[in-house]
Amino acid sequence: MTEKMLKLPIYLDYQATTPLDPRVLVVMMPFLTEKFGNPHSVEHTYGWEAGAAVEVARKQVAALIGANEEDIVFTSGATESNNLAIKGIAFAHHPARNHIITVNTEHECVLACARSLENMGFDVTYLSVNRDGMIDLDALTAAITEQTSIVSVMAVNNEIGVIQDLEAIGQICKDRDVIFHTDAAQAVGKIPLDVEEMNIDVMSISGHKIYGPKGIGAIYVRNDTHIIPLFDGGGQEQGLRSGTLSPALCVGLGKACNIAGTDMDKDYQHVGRLSQRLLGKLTVGLNSVKLNGSAVSRYPGNLNFTFSGVKSDLLVAGLRDIAISTGSACSSAKNQPSYVLDAIGLEKSDIEASVRIGIGRMSTEAEIDYAADHIIKCVSNLS
Amino acid sequence: MTEKQAIYLDYNATVPIRPEVIKVMVEVMEEGGNPSSIHGIGRKAKSRMEDARSTIASIINCRPQMIVFTSGGTEANNMAILSSGRSRMITTNVEHDSIRSVSSRFDGTVDILSVDQDGIIDLGELRQLLKIDGENTVVSILYANNETGVLQDVKAISEVVHAAGALLHIDAIQAVSKVPIDFMALGVDMMSISSHKTGGPQGVGALVAFEKLPVRSFILGGGQEVGRRGGTENIAGIVGFATAISLVPQSLKKMNELETWRDEIEEKLLEHAPQACFFGKKARRLPNVSTIYMPGVTSETQVMNFDLDKICISSGSACSSGKVKSSHVIDAMSSDENIATSTIRMSLGWGSEHSDVDAFIASWKKQYDRKNA
Repeated sequence: MTEKMLKLPIYLDYQATTPLDPRVLVVMMPFLTEKFGNPHSVEHTYGWEAGAAVEVARKQVAALIGANEEDIVFTSGATESNNLAIKGIAFAHHPARNHIITVNTEHECVLACARSLENMGFDVTYLSVNRDGMIDLDALTAAITEQTSIVSVMAVNNEIGVIQDLEAIGQICKDRDVIFHTDAAQAVGKIPLDVEEMNIDVMSISGHKIYGPKGIGAIYVRNDTHIIPLFDGGGQEQGLRSGTLSPALCVGLGKACNIAGTDMDKDYQHVGRLSQRLLGKLTVGLNSVKLNGSAVSRYPGNLNFTFSGVKSDLLVAGLRDIAISTGSACSSAKNQPSYVLDAIGLEKSDIEASVRIGIGRMSTEAEIDYAADHIIKCVSNLS
Repeated sequence: MTEKQAIYLDYNATVPIRPEVIKVMVEVMEEGGNPSSIHGIGRKAKSRMEDARSTIASIINCRPQMIVFTSGGTEANNMAILSSGRSRMITTNVEHDSIRSVSSRFDGTVDILSVDQDGIIDLGELRQLLKIDGENTVVSILYANNETGVLQDVKAISEVVHAAGALLHIDAIQAVSKVPIDFMALGVDMMSISSHKTGGPQGVGALVAFEKLPVRSFILGGGQEVGRRGGTENIAGIVGFATAISLVPQSLKKMNELETWRDEIEEKLLEHAPQACFFGKKARRLPNVSTIYMPGVTSETQVMNFDLDKICISSGSACSSGKVKSSHVIDAMSSDENIATSTIRMSLGWGSEHSDVDAFIASWKKQYDRKNA
């Protein structure tokens, strides 16, 4: 395939957001047009059909993670889910249990919640990670006290793609009777997750990271979990999340989950193959390329590279037709060096020479080849 | 709407999305991109979002940077009160559930103003309450009531509130697109608005607030919305919201027509049933809504009968409908319990046609006659 046949720019930033799957848009459309009802209007047919669609979507979300549908609550996105999980559980157990545990490589919104709780007088343990980006399970076990209410550990890291050992963490939390929350925004639909097998009590889910729409997410909350809502109102979602739901967005998330479940093996193999291809080409074409984070326990669609001596912002700017990023979208907007790369022990100069490349369902071999060629050229020119 | 399933007269619950809005939303959804990403695709999304913010600002007359996008009106209402920085709250007994429930979470004292039989608060009572502790107080007022459409005199309220050094928040969710809104002229400090009551999509709203106020969402995150509200923005929703707001001039024009239709309904029903009454009729109210008492027929029965005639109305707000209890709004305006339990709300909107009005009147009269004739 020639370069001319490629649609430019090439999108390789699947951790920031994913394109909306056309199959998702198709099922959303009726709920943007003729099926416009308020799902909480229980007095007429427009309300009923919207309400029924929301419940189908809830089942689809639940099915993907092995949960009961009544334990799924829709939110505006994973950031809200993370806020609800961490603050909602910390507040619910206050003051008897005023300690929480998280990890210093979590998503910024989790760390923001933890810091805000700290300011209110809660105790927070920030577990560190090793060079692979993995937490030490013994350190986790040692950190849990009688006062610990919640352990929050991300499933797949948004910057380096590292997968934590959720099953082991879940078992530790279960044995010690603390609530296990995982921010699975980057993991849901990409790797198999099962809340029962992994002893996950609370899970955050995002729509726009799994080829669904923006503005919707969900939280799984095991039914006997003590948690209080972030805000109040009409008492929708069993009182845990007030506000009119958007049936179009719920249906979109449901369908995205449904597709992710059905296509998981296919997607994983596709992404894995392209990931290997890119890794291979860059390794052959460049002298100094280093993959950050565990080579083994990782999601292949997230590749974080250090090109030593090459300023990543110059590289990103130089690769005009390729959309990649220097780190998480949230922190790139603020132009701060990555705390995740710092946590895995990278030198400052290497942090500033690192980029994240995200590969996904819509990525093609031709795109990867084009990207590899241009990255190799650009890195060579800059070094 | 391709095929009309039923006559929709519940615009105050949610408004069908305008076709112009759907078109641009689909475009944005197909474009994709995270507005926080610094590459071209992200920057395009960001500029879409900032254009939307400017559009809304120009229509409601505020500065773009005063607008913080949220997941909807409920979040905006909660955010306004909980981050106001004030230790005392004054509100009314006819608020939407989202303000009623935030008052129970509020960390401080709460005073509740009562309304008269027309649904209007007493400015003298407000002035009296504000004689003490004004500078520590936030006052939250529902501009247009969701059930009756009654409009409070916000300008007069804002004078009283500011004279006492208090802050004024208004919930303008039902008012936007039904009456002209000028944020600066209203003289308020904070204002909640919601997309799906204006012909935009569900799942988006905003809090409009002066930049100097400490407003901050309880949803902390990656520093979006100038650090005031975390989470990747729902760009398609935000752009859809702005498109709906850009159509406000058309909506207001349609409202003139709807007002004559609404008045026609009330006139014809009253002619037919002299005991019928209409809540808030004597007050200034939204042009599209009528909250109607039908003697001797319960709200539940009416809702069912209207449904059989393929007419969608409601017995109160969508949030509390289904819960079998009478409306706190009607209760606040009437001393007769039977009246509250025999009242329904019908609300018109951009897609309404005069034949809908005729069908409503015919069904209402038929139900009334079955019981009373």
